[in-house]
Amino acid sequence: PLQHCLFVALLSQTILDNKGAYTALSTLENSLFTKPCSLSSMECCTISFSVPKKCQKAREHFATVRTQLESLKTKFPADQYYRFHEHWRFVLQRLVFLAAFVVYLESETLVTREAVAEILGIEADRERGFHLDIEDYLSGVLTLASELARLAVNSVTAGDYSRPLRISTFINELDSGFRLLNLKNDSLRKRYDGLKYDVKKIEEVVYDLSIRGLNKESTVGAGGEK
Amino acid sequence: MNDNESVLGSGGFRKRKHDNFPHGQRREEKENVNPSSALMTSFKSFQLELDTRHDKYERLVKLSRDITIESKRTIFLLHRFTSAPNGEEILNESEVKLDAVRRKIKQVAQELIGEDMYQFHRAISPGLQEYVEAVSFQYFIRTRSLISVEEINKQLIFTTSNSHDKQPHTWSLKVTPVDYLLGVADLTGELMRLCISSVGNGDIDTPFELSQFLRQIYDGFTFIGNTGPYEVSKKLYTLKQSLAKVENACYTLKVRGSEIPKHMLADVFSTKTELIDQEEGLS
Repeated sequence: PLQHCLFVALLSQTILDNKGAYTALSTLENSLFTKPCSLSSMECCTISFSVPKKCQKAREHFATVRTQLESLKTKFPADQYYRFHEHWRFVLQRLVFLAAFVVYLESETLVTREAVAEILGIEADRERGFHLDIEDYLSGVLTLASELARLAVNSVTAGDYSRPLRISTFINELDSGFRLLNLKNDSLRKRYDGLKYDVKKIEEVVYDLSIRGLNKESTVGAGGEK
Repeated sequence: MNDNESVLGSGGFRKRKHDNFPHGQRREEKENVNPSSALMTSFKSFQLELDTRHDKYERLVKLSRDITIESKRTIFLLHRFTSAPNGEEILNESEVKLDAVRRKIKQVAQELIGEDMYQFHRAISPGLQEYVEAVSFQYFIRTRSLISVEEINKQLIFTTSNSHDKQPHTWSLKVTPVDYLLGVADLTGELMRLCISSVGNGDIDTPFELSQFLRQIYDGFTFIGNTGPYEVSKKLYTLKQSLAKVENACYTLKVRGSEIPKHMLADVFSTKTELIDQEEGLS
């Protein structure tokens, strides 16, 4: 009987801990579903002047995310982040990607880890509380790379010939950055292995443009590569 | 390395690889990736951060392996308790061995100072489970009862050996509830073996005691049922099998015990042990 009580006490504690986090997460995920919609419509009109406006709108959505992450933080003991990490890491990766995409469209630079953390209203350092794990950040960035490959194709369709060239420079730099990392044989490594296909895809687009001389006419105006 | 490859390898594949190499370099020159750009600098810091993390993880995995091996040896040693006449000696020896394991766990605790234990939990969990198994086995032999998590964690509070420190620094490693549960689930397998071998030694009280104890643990686990982590339900199945084996042994003991003289019982069960071992090998 003593042992029974022991077991039940131990387990019910673990399960209760999980439940709070789950409800907070499901609301978070719900708000996520509305967000990619607004972003993917953005891709279609990348060359139109509405990009800054769309980015503005996307940034508004992050306010919702921030409040929901805020409530998630209260659902578990602050020093046990990694105990429940699996529950929210994919959501965070997705959010990193969305933040990185918005920042890229705004400034054509890679968002820093600190900046993502700020956009999401969380910390960049583990010591300071609910934070963004480096692997999740890098995974999100890799998702950005695939999305940029898509954007390169679609911007050509939309008649913007200079953007693929800029994307190509960016993604090459990203690629050499990732090549500095000694990755273990884990999920991040698998995601990284996909990066070369994104690079390839973008190179093909650039090739198609160069061979037809299409890169010249627009780079004059955009002040591009060479 | 490339030279090496060209010596070893032959044929078109290698050649193609070499042809490709200069292209790759030229491309990078053309794209002119600035090694000191903001992006590259941040990736260099990521490299450092990831390497540090992976190194720590690997060190913990190694420690966990050591803990597992030493705990397993302790368990084997304790199994000799039933057959050896000098029981107290074996218990003392096991205590020495467990102290060695605890020193390893202390190293783990040192690695985890200032870290989130759950981040590296997967590295150390197998070792901790095995340790729980060994400690609870020893505790059972001594007291015939189940050790509590609190009791285990009490032994895992360490103080610094630095004598010149006025204020001795203490830190502890806590076995998580799940590790404890899984360790206890493993313990039942050892108890089943203990039961069979104690019959082999002519001890007919232990099996009944053990079946009672195992049944209690099994009841405890059924409270958890499927709500616990995945591993629990898996081990619950093994636990049920162990319990059945012990119960069958008790049954045989009861039925045949009345007709077979004590000194011959050993023979009956030695064949039974073999049978069980074969089953184990198959499963």
